[in-house]
Amino acid sequence: MKRVVITGAGTINALGLNVADTMAAMREGVCGIGQLKFRDVERLSIQIGGQVQDFPPEGRYNRQQLSLYDRFTQFTLAAADEAIRQSGLIFSGELSAKSGVVLGTAGGGVSTWDDNYRAVYEEGKNRVHPFVVPKLMNNAAASHLSKEYNLKGPSFTVSTACASSNHAMAQAFAMVRSGMAPAMVTGGSESMLCFGGVKAWEGLRVMSRDACRPFSANRNGMVQGEGAGIFVFEDYDHARGRGADILCEVVGFAMTSDASDIVTPSKSGAARAMAGALADARINPDQVGYINAHGTGTAANDKTECAAVADVFGPHADRLMISSTKSMHGHLIGGTGAVELLACIMALRDGVIAPTIGYQEPDPECALDVVPNEARDARVTYALSNAFAFGGMNAVIAMRAV
Amino acid sequence: MSIQDQVIAILADQAVLEPADVSMTSTLEDLGIDSMGVVESIFAIEETFDISVPFNANQPDASDFDISSVASIVAGIERLKAEQG
Repeated sequence: MKRVVITGAGTINALGLNVADTMAAMREGVCGIGQLKFRDVERLSIQIGGQVQDFPPEGRYNRQQLSLYDRFTQFTLAAADEAIRQSGLIFSGELSAKSGVVLGTAGGGVSTWDDNYRAVYEEGKNRVHPFVVPKLMNNAAASHLSKEYNLKGPSFTVSTACASSNHAMAQAFAMVRSGMAPAMVTGGSESMLCFGGVKAWEGLRVMSRDACRPFSANRNGMVQGEGAGIFVFEDYDHARGRGADILCEVVGFAMTSDASDIVTPSKSGAARAMAGALADARINPDQVGYINAHGTGTAANDKTECAAVADVFGPHADRLMISSTKSMHGHLIGGTGAVELLACIMALRDGVIAPTIGYQEPDPECALDVVPNEARDARVTYALSNAFAFGGMNAVIAMRAV
Repeated sequence: MSIQDQVIAILADQAVLEPADVSMTSTLEDLGIDSMGVVESIFAIEETFDISVPFNANQPDASDFDISSVASIVAGIERLKAEQG
């Protein structure tokens, strides 16, 4: 078994167009959620989200690329450029042949579907652009990433709703740990902030109209975000051998299925995933200092997640810190675990715990240290990142400071 | 059909019951309609009456639409239709 470390990180999300700006915003407790801006937004009853601003694709990508890159692919490539550049890896020879890309996305090219349905149904056109299919497919981002960086090993896309990126990163971790790949590019991306994307969520009646307030007694739902988080997972010896800067170590993961309700979360499914990640990492519950919560801000998730943490950690649940950064960047659905992994890196490497902002009223059903409203300095050796998806599919990743 | 009969038909359909088994004092819980069933019923009400019902599943009690009984749902629809003019 190989040790696995993270040697590169990149992101684009409502808090920033790179890792440094995103972490600075998390430290400051900045809220990236605001009024949505896109066509027909006035027909939505939910009009807020964590939308990426100041990211005009023109100039960044050429005409040919724009005809193939949905916004979720654009986010992926921008974040991958930052991550791979930081890692210093150049993929050639055997490294290229064995290294691949595993990404998560729930919806893939949602705005491409939306734009083209609009063209044929609403505008009555009988013709769409020839590249609609390769642009909207869920694996488009992974494919373009592999092509841009010469990654010729195992590459695919995982789609498990809100746990997509955690499932993807768990797969990449397993591949490097087993010795199958010396390095993997992994993470996730989502871009559902268009009329059809938000309209679909609106129907479920779980969205907040004003703010994402995880764990707060007056929370009233989730708020969508968009963006990507991309990482380079690398064999520790390979990274050390070339003198790479190591951000943190990935030490374990677990995946579970609730096998019960299609949307209502299960305490035991979440608890089994956290306990499984601890067991896989061979660590005791009391060694964990920080959990990046799934923390969606819905009534059901937050109380279920807190109860699961209490079950797994016992008395230590009252000593560890648990925060939801969705309060700042929104819920990136299939990309959310990837952006949230940054909060774990910040905790482990920099000793800064990102806060849960928007916290206003204690909820007895969420009586944990949720790091309300202000970031905190703390030394943390182990951290977990939780993701619990619709469909009852859960994935938890364990990390260690290096 | 009256608003009352239409609401009873919607809820009976959702609960897989005969309309005769749904009374004005029935609660959604009595009828065996769970949280997803509530969201579907509200969607059916919006479609049937061409209204927009303010309902957030995170705060069913705080929503400005009382779903505690068939009677309260009928009253809520009458109010929304009146407001719509």
